[in-house]
Amino acid sequence: MNERITAQISSHRFLALPFILWAMFFIVLPLFFVLGTGLTNEAGDVTLANLLTVLQSEYLRALGLSVELALISTFICLLLAYPLCLILKAKRDKRGLLVFLLFLLPLWMNSLLTTMAWQTILEKHGLINMFLSYLGLPAVHLINTPAAIIIGMVYNFLPYMVLPLYVSLSRIDESIVEAARDLGANFWRTLRHVLLPLSLPGIVSGCTMVFIPALTTFVISALLGGNKVLLVGNIIEQEFTAAYDWQLGSALSMVLMVFIILNILLEAFTDNGEHRKKGRP
Amino acid sequence: MEKLKKTYLGAIVLFLYAPILVLIAQSFNASRYRGQWTGFTWGWYERLIENEEIIAAFTNTLTIGVTSAVFATMLALVTALGMRQMGSRGRMLFRGLANVPLLNADIVTGISLMLLFLGVGLRLGYDTILLAHIVISLPYAMLCILPQVLAMDDVCYEAARDLGATPFTAFCKVILPELVPGIMAAFLLSFAMSADDFIVTYFTKGAGIETLTTEIYSELKLGVHPEMYALSALFFCGVLVFSALLMVNYKVIRRYREAGRKGAEA
Repeated sequence: MNERITAQISSHRFLALPFILWAMFFIVLPLFFVLGTGLTNEAGDVTLANLLTVLQSEYLRALGLSVELALISTFICLLLAYPLCLILKAKRDKRGLLVFLLFLLPLWMNSLLTTMAWQTILEKHGLINMFLSYLGLPAVHLINTPAAIIIGMVYNFLPYMVLPLYVSLSRIDESIVEAARDLGANFWRTLRHVLLPLSLPGIVSGCTMVFIPALTTFVISALLGGNKVLLVGNIIEQEFTAAYDWQLGSALSMVLMVFIILNILLEAFTDNGEHRKKGRP
Repeated sequence: MEKLKKTYLGAIVLFLYAPILVLIAQSFNASRYRGQWTGFTWGWYERLIENEEIIAAFTNTLTIGVTSAVFATMLALVTALGMRQMGSRGRMLFRGLANVPLLNADIVTGISLMLLFLGVGLRLGYDTILLAHIVISLPYAMLCILPQVLAMDDVCYEAARDLGATPFTAFCKVILPELVPGIMAAFLLSFAMSADDFIVTYFTKGAGIETLTTEIYSELKLGVHPEMYALSALFFCGVLVFSALLMVNYKVIRRYREAGRKGAEA
């Protein structure tokens, strides 16, 4: 009797069948539709013309600018989040939960509205310039510049850096840090030789989680760049909603997919290293 | 050093909350346009209930969010139960597949689904948004449910079957109660993902249907209705109250636990 039930349970594998169908139809097939559209022309013939168009200077410039801004915002997020997570790690026992909630609450606000609020803060007669003129300082020109877009990206994607970083930092055994201090290492040496290497998986996963949305955003650049700074996301959006050149839009999306795959590989690579280390006796 | 830490935390909190304070201030601004303050008013909160566009968008967000979260959670649960009986290689393949929409950029997911829907002859509208939202929230539902399902013990289920329960009864009485926390988390996270999504919705919605986020985006060019600020301010207050309750509860639970421990020691 019992063996029959065990056999029955192991036959429950069929429950995964709906997911296979679902994944084929809604996860794999759509990506092939992008490839199909990107690699054909309007008549339906296979062509590389769309990919060659992407290599034209205006698209390459947008792509280069997107990569640059995404890298800068990822780096700023890391610089801001690392000390923050170190402080939160030390606070873990005391009012840690309260502080952590404080950092998660803004996630619940709609990002379109908060980005628009940044317009009010950064614009020509906005809050920052009102404050500066109150102090008698000259006004700064921020809105519709790459700097404004970077501020918007850092604001929107900082939590994606904080979460994995906090998880990997709080997993580090406090006694290891104490041992390093005990043996005479100062704060910077401890950071360089103990904390940074041990939190590397968190750093990598935080960076990939910030880099991809920053690279592909079109909302932040549309709102804070005022259509003066075009990112690759803006071009894709325009090709699909205004210019109706879906082939070109799909070709650009294929370029983005290359970045995404590189990111996944990078993360998988650091993850594997971590497991191997753990497996060592 | 302690002072430096406090200043740093304070600066980051200011950075995170500055736009939210601006939004709340704007919801009380008598002027229809942001950036100019012409006096205090409660008016936008009163007009919020009368704004049919916002109410319609809100209803769509709510119904799509609940329906897609129910489907995503059920699919994740069934799949996780199936994955229990698989080898580690099969599990890895499934996990990788399920994570694709999570790792992919939203804009690529959005246009790929749009191309699929149009390619198979669907009309973009409510149903396509619903399908797209199940696609994007499924990985999050799986993240919540899968670890719990994999950690579950077969013994109780086998015992129930041994004692004559049908598979269905055993599932309802033994497996489901054990998985309630994961299922709740999966449902809530899926709902949040659906309600907060803009990019995927933007590409998979047809003309004439809006959710809250796409409604905001379409208003951006002409100036957002201040009723929207009022709605978001109300929502933020709701979240604030909810987290405050959570904090209080957490403290109470901890105090009970500590009292219990002391009682046990004595």
